[in-house]
Formats: sequence, structure tokens, C-alpha cells
Amino acid sequence: MTRRLLLALGLILAALLAVPQGASADDKMKVAASFSILGDMVKQVGGDRVDVVTFVGPNGDAHVYEPTPADAKALSESKILFINGLGLEGWMTRLENSSGFKGKVVTASTGVNPRKMVEDEKTITDPHAWQSLANGKIYAANIRDALIAADPAGKATYEANAKKFIDGMTAMEANVKAAVAKMPPERRKIITTHDAFGYFGSAYGMEFIAPEGVSTESEASAQDVAKIITQIKKEHIPAVFLENVTDSRLLDQIASETGAKIGGTLYSDALSAPDGPAGNYLDMFRNNIDTLSTALSS
Amino acid sequence: MIHYLIDPFMDFVFMRRALVGCLALSLSAPPIGVFLMLRRMSLMGDAMSHAILPGAAIGYLLAGLSLFAMSLGGFAAGIAVALLAGLVARSTVLREDASLAAFYLCSLALGVLIVSVRGNSIDLLHVLFGTVLALDDHAILLIGAIATVSTAALAIIYRPLVLECFDPQFLRSVSRWSSPTHFIFLVLVVMNLIGGFQALGTLMVVGIMLLPAITARFWAQDISGLVVVSVLAAFVASLIGLLLSYYANVPTSPAIILMAGVFYLLSMLVGWQGGLLWQLMPRKHLEA
Repeated sequence: MTRRLLLALGLILAALLAVPQGASADDKMKVAASFSILGDMVKQVGGDRVDVVTFVGPNGDAHVYEPTPADAKALSESKILFINGLGLEGWMTRLENSSGFKGKVVTASTGVNPRKMVEDEKTITDPHAWQSLANGKIYAANIRDALIAADPAGKATYEANAKKFIDGMTAMEANVKAAVAKMPPERRKIITTHDAFGYFGSAYGMEFIAPEGVSTESEASAQDVAKIITQIKKEHIPAVFLENVTDSRLLDQIASETGAKIGGTLYSDALSAPDGPAGNYLDMFRNNIDTLSTALSS
Repeated sequence: MIHYLIDPFMDFVFMRRALVGCLALSLSAPPIGVFLMLRRMSLMGDAMSHAILPGAAIGYLLAGLSLFAMSLGGFAAGIAVALLAGLVARSTVLREDASLAAFYLCSLALGVLIVSVRGNSIDLLHVLFGTVLALDDHAILLIGAIATVSTAALAIIYRPLVLECFDPQFLRSVSRWSSPTHFIFLVLVVMNLIGGFQALGTLMVVGIMLLPAITARFWAQDISGLVVVSVLAAFVASLIGLLLSYYANVPTSPAIILMAGVFYLLSMLVGWQGGLLWQLMPRKHLEA
């Protein structure tokens, strides 16, 4: 009796599973982006035609992210995966393999002229290319082309959105350059928690010094901290800035020892929450340049 | 020559603060480590350091990088795990080691889960690694307070504690201080772990507790000797570790613990009490 009951239940279960899952009638194309800044750019270019899922969310650290099973599932359902490349997402290969992703991988930074950094005799590529608006335009163009290739019907929409986005970047670029011009030249250097602003610095003429090196994975040594403190004191650097993805305790210690001001929060590797001061790519630049200007122009 | 040793501390406030923090830790943690080692509970220290993680994680989630919240949470988690493990050992077929292992593993997994779900991964790393270079006033006060309380408490329970190490049955037969002593000792262990993890992180804090104590075993014969040698070893290891971090550009916490490890290896070779080199030398035969 029990065996027959179990058999019946098993057959019903098999029948239920064999019924094909109805495809959800959704006209939006599903795409994935590795982190919040890239996700925002894809949303700006794709508009209503795309449904973007982002892995490393606001205020998250893209250098050391650990993907979850939900991420793998979302990736397997996406047609395009947008990544930054340049060594930012060390965790991405494993996620691609484990999720069985069959779509197209688009490296948004293709065509960007990468900066190199020398870290303890090792030359590594600086992955934070999005911090220069000129590179941002290259990213937007790559995203637009990838979306058109996957969804030719939306060509007009993507081109219009991309143009609007790139125009916004041009305007912001003028803003940033004007703001930097207002700062006295000897004050155009700051200390911040990790080396994420190399491209910003070289594009707009500011110097960013950090105690930790490029990635947030490494721990500072006493020599690094001592060098920064010596430099701040010697060059009279006026302010230290916190970043939204790293620990502020070390920076507080440096600030209190050198008398430098704590200048505010800069957004480097991630956006803030959507209603926060840096909820999208252009707002991130606006917030950063405003924070820098306030502390350094005086 | 001597100015190489002193200059970093003269020139930089953060080096002085790190040294003060390490000094306070070196006073309070190694004596606890001595007793852990004598009671064959050395690995328990490591287990407890993992057990405090979910408490610290919950404290972080509720109040950010607040010293008070993380310490209180860690303390509560540590005591809870220790008590539960003891309770299970007394009332079921499991012995202390199995029950503690079970609880601390659950505790650790819970801590990782909580932080991954609500926090982001960088926070977990900071809880694990700590920063001896970034001890603010509150952290130094906490470590100092823990050192004071711990040393005082250890002095008060010294006699029953020693007896409990060597002959617990006898203690139980002549006094009712056996259980309270054991409990107070566990509280001291957890308290020192909390103090240490703010400076060195949960991975390294057990190192400063146990390595100097284990090293002392090769130099001293009685308990007071063990305590003195372990405190000295811890302090010198901290000093040299800080200097190494300054001159050789290596991260500080691992440098300190590795120095303690080097002392251990050297002591194993040349320590007066049973060092390997002395064992190789021919000893006098007993003569009738």
C-alpha cells in the first residue's frame, strides 16, 4: 500500500516537472553587469528595452566580491554580460563557468588606453578606467554597440540614449575641469583610502595618494602608512577623503596625526544607494568634484 | 644603531599607539595563554576566536564599526558558546572537545552568513584582519582596561586556577571554587580575545595569546617563570614585528605573529628546559 502510494506520488511529481515552464512574456532583454557603476551605464544606454541585473551592488567592493547562487541563476538567464575587464573582476571567470552562461561577454573597457601602475616592483594595470569621463564615453559606445548587435530592433533607441548620455558626460567634463581650475595648483593633491582615482587624477590634473595600493585586498604595512604621513606633512596636503568601500579607521588615524582635514566621502568603485548622493554615474562625478572643490578651493 | 630601533616610534604617533596597544595586549594575553597551555586547552583558544565572529558581526550590522557594539556582541557570543559547550559536555555523551568543536563551527558559519547577507565582503576581512596601525583612543582604552581587569582577576583566582590545572578532583573535594574558577577563566579568555581582535584581527589574536606561552615552556620551570617569560616574549615579538613592518614593508599583524613563531622555533632548539640541542649533548650518567 505504501509502495503504491509512493509510486503514485513519484509519477505525479515527474509529470509536474515535465510540464514545460511557460516562457514569461517579457519584452525586455535581460542583461547582466558586474558592478553598480557599469550597471548604471548599461541602464542609461539601454533604457526601457533592457532589464539589468547587477552583481556588486551599491557601496560594494568589486575587487573582492563573492558571487551567490542567485547571481549564477541571473547570469544564466542573461543574453549579454558586461564586465569592466582590466583585472577588476577576478571572480568573474568562475561565475561564468559555474552558471553555464551561453551569452556574449562584452568588456566595456575595450579601446581604453590603460594606465599602468608600479606596485612593489610589479607592474599592474589600473582597472578603474571609468573614473575618466573620456573613457566613460568609450564605455558607453561599447555598450551601445553590444546592445544593437543583440537587439537590432532597438537601434534607434540605443543610439538616442547613448548620445544623450555622452552629451551629459561632455557637460560634466567641462564642469570638472572648471572646478579643478579654481583650485590653487599646490592644493590639487589628496589622500584617499585606495588607489582608485588614477585615471581621474591623470585626466583632470590632480594627485591622489593612497595607503593601500590598487586593490582593497591588501593590508597596509607600517612603512606605507609612515610614507603617507611624511608626504602629507612635507607637501602640506590639505585633506584626506574617505571612500565608500573601505574602512575609515586607518584614514582617521592618518588625519589626526597630520592635522589634515577629513574632507568627505568620495565614490570610487561603487555608486551609493539610488537615493544617495551618487546614485548614478554622472551624479558620482558631481558628488566627487563638489566634495573635492569644497575641501581644496578654500 | 639604537636610533634605528627608536626613530620610527619617535617620528610617528601611529607607531607609538601601536606599540602601546601591543604592550597592553602582551601583558594580558600571554598569562592566559600559559594557563590554556597547562590545561591542554590550547586549541580551544583558536576555536573561541572563531566563535566570537557572529557576535561581532551582529554588533557590526546593528551599529557599524562601533567598538562597543562589536566587543559586546563578540563577548556575548564567546560566553554563549563556551557555556553551551560545557553544558552539552556535562549532560550528553559528548566530551568537551567535541561539543566545543560543534558549537564553534556553527558559530563561525553563522557569522560568515550574517556578514555576507547583510554586509559586504570588505567588512568581513576587516573584522578578520584588524588594524594595529589604526588604534583609536577607544580601542586603546579598551585594550588597557581589559589588560587591567584580566591581570587583576588572574591574580585573585591564581591559587584555585593552578590547582584546577593540576588536580581538579582535589579542588572539587576541598572547595566550592572549582566551577566559578573555570567560568571566570573562560570569561577572561573571551575578554582577551575581544581585546586582541580589535588590534590584530580574529586570525592573529590567538597567536599573541598562545605562541609566547608555548615558547616560555622551554625557558621556565614554574608558573610564575612561565608568565614572566611569555609576557617578555610577546612584547619583544610585537616590537620587532612593528619594526619589520616599518623597515621591510610587510603587513604588521602577520609580522608580529611570525616573530613570535620564530622565537618559538629558536626556543625549541636552544631553550634551557628541554631544548633539542641540549638533548643531543651527552648527559652525565647517574653514578652509584
